Amino acid sequence: MNNSVAKEKIVSLRKKRSLEDMRFKYYGFTAMCLSLVVLVFLLYTIFSKGYTAFQKTIVLLEVDYNQEVLKLTPDSSDEEMEKGKFFRVKKQAIENFFPDLSKSDIKLVKKLFSINVDNEIKDYFLDNPEVINTKQQIWVTAHSDVDQLLKGNSRRDVPEDRRKLNDIQLSYVDQLVEENRVKQVFNNFFFTKADSRHPEIAGVAGSFMGSLFTLFTVFILSFPIAIGASVYLEEFAPKNRITELIEVNISNLAAVPSIVFGLLGLGVLLNVFGLPRSTPLVGGSVLALMTLPTIIIACRASLKAVPPSIKEGALAVGATKTQAVFHHVVPLALPGTLTGTIIGLAQALGETAPLIMIGMIAFIPNIPTGLTEPSAALPVQIYLWVESAERGFQEKSAAAIMVILIFLFMMNAIAVFLRNRFERKW
Amino acid sequence: MSNSKILANGVDVYYGSKQALFGISMDIKEKEVTALIGPSGCGKSTFLRCINRMNDLIEICKVSGSIKVDNEEIISSSTDVVSLRSKIGMVFQKPNPFPKSIFDNVAYGPTIHGLVESKNDLEEIVHSSLKKAGLFNEVKDRLNEPGTSLSGGQQQRLCIARAIAVNPEIILMDEPCSALDPIATAIIEELIDELRLNYTIVIVTHSMQQAARVSQKTSFFHLGELIETGDTKKIFTNPDNSKTQDYITGRFG
Repeated sequence: MNNSVAKEKIVSLRKKRSLEDMRFKYYGFTAMCLSLVVLVFLLYTIFSKGYTAFQKTIVLLEVDYNQEVLKLTPDSSDEEMEKGKFFRVKKQAIENFFPDLSKSDIKLVKKLFSINVDNEIKDYFLDNPEVINTKQQIWVTAHSDVDQLLKGNSRRDVPEDRRKLNDIQLSYVDQLVEENRVKQVFNNFFFTKADSRHPEIAGVAGSFMGSLFTLFTVFILSFPIAIGASVYLEEFAPKNRITELIEVNISNLAAVPSIVFGLLGLGVLLNVFGLPRSTPLVGGSVLALMTLPTIIIACRASLKAVPPSIKEGALAVGATKTQAVFHHVVPLALPGTLTGTIIGLAQALGETAPLIMIGMIAFIPNIPTGLTEPSAALPVQIYLWVESAERGFQEKSAAAIMVILIFLFMMNAIAVFLRNRFERKW
Repeated sequence: MSNSKILANGVDVYYGSKQALFGISMDIKEKEVTALIGPSGCGKSTFLRCINRMNDLIEICKVSGSIKVDNEEIISSSTDVVSLRSKIGMVFQKPNPFPKSIFDNVAYGPTIHGLVESKNDLEEIVHSSLKKAGLFNEVKDRLNEPGTSLSGGQQQRLCIARAIAVNPEIILMDEPCSALDPIATAIIEELIDELRLNYTIVIVTHSMQQAARVSQKTSFFHLGELIETGDTKKIFTNPDNSKTQDYITGRFG
């Protein structure tokens, strides 16, 4: 009797236990699905807002490269051509853009074109100097307001005074669409130009290069120092109070808010050492400080993971400690260290606050070519664009987020590749 | 008979405050195989690792007393550990080839010691070491393959080749066969017997049969003390000490 009761209890307990199992599996699955949904929603929002930034609107403009207007001759030298009066050609082209334009209408039509049209007319001429004294049909960039209207990002049913384009301009745009004198093409400016006050010619090339230079500085500064520090701490340092204190503080350093490093950069690098403001050199130095503990922790973990028997084997054939460490232990720890480094760099890539502190938030309209030139960085660029009131910058900021995400994905992919490629089994 | 190679006198070893070896004195003869036997934790590996100063790696380990190798004191802060270890090769319990090619495994020692001037010399040393370790015929076609791709027994012979490549006089073996199957064990035992002609060998083993098969001298350790040392035949047939008798007959340990 007693026995059978006990058996029933055991059976019911077993059922309960297996139910618990099921439940937990279900919770886990739900959690995973939720995070996936959030991720998909996030990506969808960014993509749906930003994909239009990869297209720009261009308008067909008839340009008369008259030598009188240009004040050039067919025999002009290259330098003279540089100084040609292209703005007059442009003015003329816009005056004749529609037949019989009144003076006030010309002003309105002018606003349908990007500020960059002068350059485009000039570049076309410099590439084809033989077009002098001919009329050319050229596709030129439209103003961001036209661009946004045609992309459907700005609405036409709001009152006229709250619109960028008034009713007359709208009718002109409609006329252009009807006559097929406007189309949308791939926006090369987004990838080849730096920031600009004019959304239609603002691009990420400047901030991308700035981020690249910054990351380069971070890598150059933090990687060797981190390897040196971790190898010393792991293999050479005596185990005493002081090294323990250092170890604890490295972990603390990894948790310091990044803006504190920014303040340090502002206070020390800029004000004491007088390094140039807003440059990748300073930005990189600050971010290197932030990345250092991450790399040290990863490097020490991978040094620890190398079996001690390898080092013993090297020492037993008469290698010095340094030889044993640098011939055998460090190479085996390198893949793990590189993975950690890339993750640290990815963190640095997305960091905004410290860069704002050291002035990388300045408006930089050209693409930097060196470490000591003022430049922007991708996350700061996004911040700047999000803040802008102009409609055209909204899609730009979403597109820049896509660029930074792709950059990050690529870095993580490299990290995964390195880990799989060099993973060793003992 | 033959000369002493290693002369230990009153060796004490402490791990922190715990004493692991108590006044070990031992005379290890040249070109003989000396087996160290005893139950786990009795200090035989600790003693072995004193001979090439491997205990230096363990921070809390303190060694006192005297060990002389070729009449030179090695338990002293002025001992050149690197040259000591080039004279004393070591083979570990678990095969630990470097994750490099078979060739590079053997070539590493001669290269760092600068024993060779040309590539041909290096090749010759590698080949002859592999031959001495009885591995050459098995791997001669794949010297560029990683050492870790070999079987356990082959890896252990690779480690022996790596040890003898720097031309040592003494080889220390710390339970070299404990991770191997009986066939691989037999091959290594045969190899030890051959190596005895040129090297002084000290081997730690848990297998009394192995000690009886390969060694000329046997020392029995118990709880950090050297209980008895002598000719292997005598230890296994007619030991002086009753503890030794108990151990070899399997009554404890």
